[in-house]
Amino acid sequence: MLKYLASRLLTFVPTFIGVTLISFAFIRVLPGDPIIVMAGERGMSEERYAELTTQYGFDRPMLAQFWDYLTGVLQGDLGTSFVTKKPVWDEFFTLFPATLELSLCAMIFAILIGLPAGVIAAVNRGKFFDRALMSTALVGYSMPIFWWALLLIIVFSGNLQWTPVSGRIGLQYYFPNATGFMIWDAIASGQSGALSSAVRHLILPTIVLGTIPLAVIARQTRSAMLEVLGEDYIRTARAKGMSPRRVNAIHALRNALIPVITVIGLSVGTLLAGAILTETIFSWPGIGKWMVDSIFRRDYPVVQGGLLLIAVMVMVVNLTVDVLYGIINPKIRKR
Amino acid sequence: MKFKTTLLGMTAAMALSAGAASAQALVYCSEGSPEGFDAALYTSGTTFDASSKPIYNRLVEFEVGTTEVNPALAESFEVSEDGLTVTFHLREGVKFHSNDQFTPTRDFNADDVIFSFDRQGNPDNPYNGVSGGSWEYYSAMSMPDLIESIEKVDDYTVVFNLTRPEAPFMANMAMDFASIVSKEYADAMMEAGTPEMLNQAPIGTGPFSFQAYQKDAVIRFVRNDDYWGDAAKVEALIFAITPDASVRYQKVQAGECHVMAYPNPADVEAMQSDEGVEVMQQEGLNVGYLAYNTNVAPYDNPNVRKALNMAIDKQAIIDVVFQGSGQIAKNPIPPTMWSYNDAVEDDSYDPEAAKAMLEEEGVTDLDLKIWAMPVQRPYNPNARRMAELMQADFAEIGVDVEIVSYEWGEYLERSKDTDRDGAVLLGWTGDNGDPDNFLAVLLGCDGVGGSNRAQWCYEPFDDLIQEAKTISDQDERAALYEEAQVIFKEQAPWATIAHSVVYMTMRPEVDGYVIDPLGGHFFNAVGLSN
Repeated sequence: MLKYLASRLLTFVPTFIGVTLISFAFIRVLPGDPIIVMAGERGMSEERYAELTTQYGFDRPMLAQFWDYLTGVLQGDLGTSFVTKKPVWDEFFTLFPATLELSLCAMIFAILIGLPAGVIAAVNRGKFFDRALMSTALVGYSMPIFWWALLLIIVFSGNLQWTPVSGRIGLQYYFPNATGFMIWDAIASGQSGALSSAVRHLILPTIVLGTIPLAVIARQTRSAMLEVLGEDYIRTARAKGMSPRRVNAIHALRNALIPVITVIGLSVGTLLAGAILTETIFSWPGIGKWMVDSIFRRDYPVVQGGLLLIAVMVMVVNLTVDVLYGIINPKIRKR
Repeated sequence: MKFKTTLLGMTAAMALSAGAASAQALVYCSEGSPEGFDAALYTSGTTFDASSKPIYNRLVEFEVGTTEVNPALAESFEVSEDGLTVTFHLREGVKFHSNDQFTPTRDFNADDVIFSFDRQGNPDNPYNGVSGGSWEYYSAMSMPDLIESIEKVDDYTVVFNLTRPEAPFMANMAMDFASIVSKEYADAMMEAGTPEMLNQAPIGTGPFSFQAYQKDAVIRFVRNDDYWGDAAKVEALIFAITPDASVRYQKVQAGECHVMAYPNPADVEAMQSDEGVEVMQQEGLNVGYLAYNTNVAPYDNPNVRKALNMAIDKQAIIDVVFQGSGQIAKNPIPPTMWSYNDAVEDDSYDPEAAKAMLEEEGVTDLDLKIWAMPVQRPYNPNARRMAELMQADFAEIGVDVEIVSYEWGEYLERSKDTDRDGAVLLGWTGDNGDPDNFLAVLLGCDGVGGSNRAQWCYEPFDDLIQEAKTISDQDERAALYEEAQVIFKEQAPWATIAHSVVYMTMRPEVDGYVIDPLGGHFFNAVGLSN
């Protein structure tokens, strides 16, 4: 297992260098001079332009700029945002817990509902429940997040007033963001009502962000289960008189999980993409909106630093998925 | 952000009730996050709303709701006969805020004024490079070459020596970048090795003091009970940062905030018929225009430009492009600005006459490129659509239009070329409410090859605006600007298209809100009734 892990970790190195290069190049390939964009209609004198160009180091050769960036990254310095003048690293870690909290909740929501739904649909193949479920999943998958979010807000926050419209917690609660995870901080604050307020604020964004992964997981679980259910050993297990529940849960589901876990791993990328819209609508202070704003402002350090950190995260998730494969299916780690 | 149990007690006391806020705390759904809290470092209105407006004061300030300049931290000021010396007499007994790291030991005085400007203009000032200091507005308003020196006469008298007489100087001093910061706080933070705190934990003299900021989520202010002016009506001011306009509206409806800015134009009609909210409106301090290149034939002929202007159906543009959130512009300055000449008549929409006029000038088979901006602006929410409408309008008088566009940075650069091919859609949002900020910047001879996109240098016009710059009497200046607007209309270097209309949406219990024509949002005079 250790050897397997080490070989997986080794592939990290070239990927990391590649991602650093791409994140550096990506924002520079986009047309648009950050200094001119910053000045806007107002414009700026040539002297001032030259001064700022030197200040930001844009007058240096591209290779030298990349070298500075790379050595900075290796020393844990991602640079300073052009806009807020704060270190990218600090900004990322202020905002990231919010994204992580929301993504985790969305993922748990998607798995808790998607997995059983897929299993039930597979077991009841062709029946009404299967058809209803799969059409709902298709709708969920094709739903524009923006529209879906506004619809939920109008119904549940506007008409029914069950949930708050947006934000992370009621404004009457004010305590330090020790960890940045609102649920945790709310509990730690000891203020009565804080936890329930934080949870209520999480409901709609969780549903919105979790909808697409939920649909994907349900569909993937169903087809993986169907494939496994047709295998000989399942028929054997049934023939031996094992209860259908045991056959489905132990023999079929475990073997069907590999593709499902792959899909869950890949959904992390989707989650981050979805987080951009979800965060904007629900005024959720996470990294999605931060990245988008920075791209429009051509805030190079934030875009390249943010991309790098997100890529590293996706790599870590993929590594975890690989390790999970190994645990679920011992044959994989021996290969 | 450092946490104090005292703060907790204070905030708990003014806690909001479950859904709606209590009478003590005003919640404003703002559209975005401030870049920081030291206004001089930044240029965006969103940042100013959260920094210079609640936290700081300036020597002189705009009277909210107008573009008139009034004394503030300076009780009075006088300008010398030659216009080269401006003396400010400072208000005594003005207290700075305090926070966890700092308690002021003295009142506001001349040292604070000198420090606030010196750090922006003097590269040797230790604060000049702090927080990546680029002091954009200080340079954009030409302060480096305008201010020769600043002298402290005594603790409560400061003299600005200028290199030339410049009437708009007083309006510049009321701008956000001229906010007065505490020198004592700056020194203390420099000594503590944390100079960036000046930007992150601001200390000012304003009606509200800064309490806490959770990035991209919430900004909290509390009332400054020692304020030198009229104390704020609410005990606490909270900005709930809500980037999506429809969600802001939902939050106002649900009582999660009291006031919101920038509604979706498409929502305005629904809001106006919604009994649960009130909508205020005013023209924005901006103008959207189509600038011909007056250097290139046949657009060097004012009659040709005039004919083209007469072919544009502006009402259709207001309806389609602005969806009602705009107003037809006839002058290059907005109607909320002093010296706006309402007597000027706009070119009438008359394609037949336009066609005849072109023929009279011997212009046939005309091809024109129209440049469409790739970005949305209040003065032009959809430049591509606007260009298409103009294309159709011009086709009617036999002018063939090709629409071109570039990436925003490129667009701004290329449109400056003096031999540029085509007419450019662009606009301007005023900085300081002074007509000079529109007329000289956008249409003066100095701006050719730069911000004067029409490349229009017309002596009778330029003489007027240059003269107006050197006179300090506002009525005399206004007369010159009014005349300049008449010349502008005759010469037609632009087709003036529209001014945006600014809407503010609020709950009925909100009292005393006034729309600021300069685009800021002020809450010190706003109260909540039950």
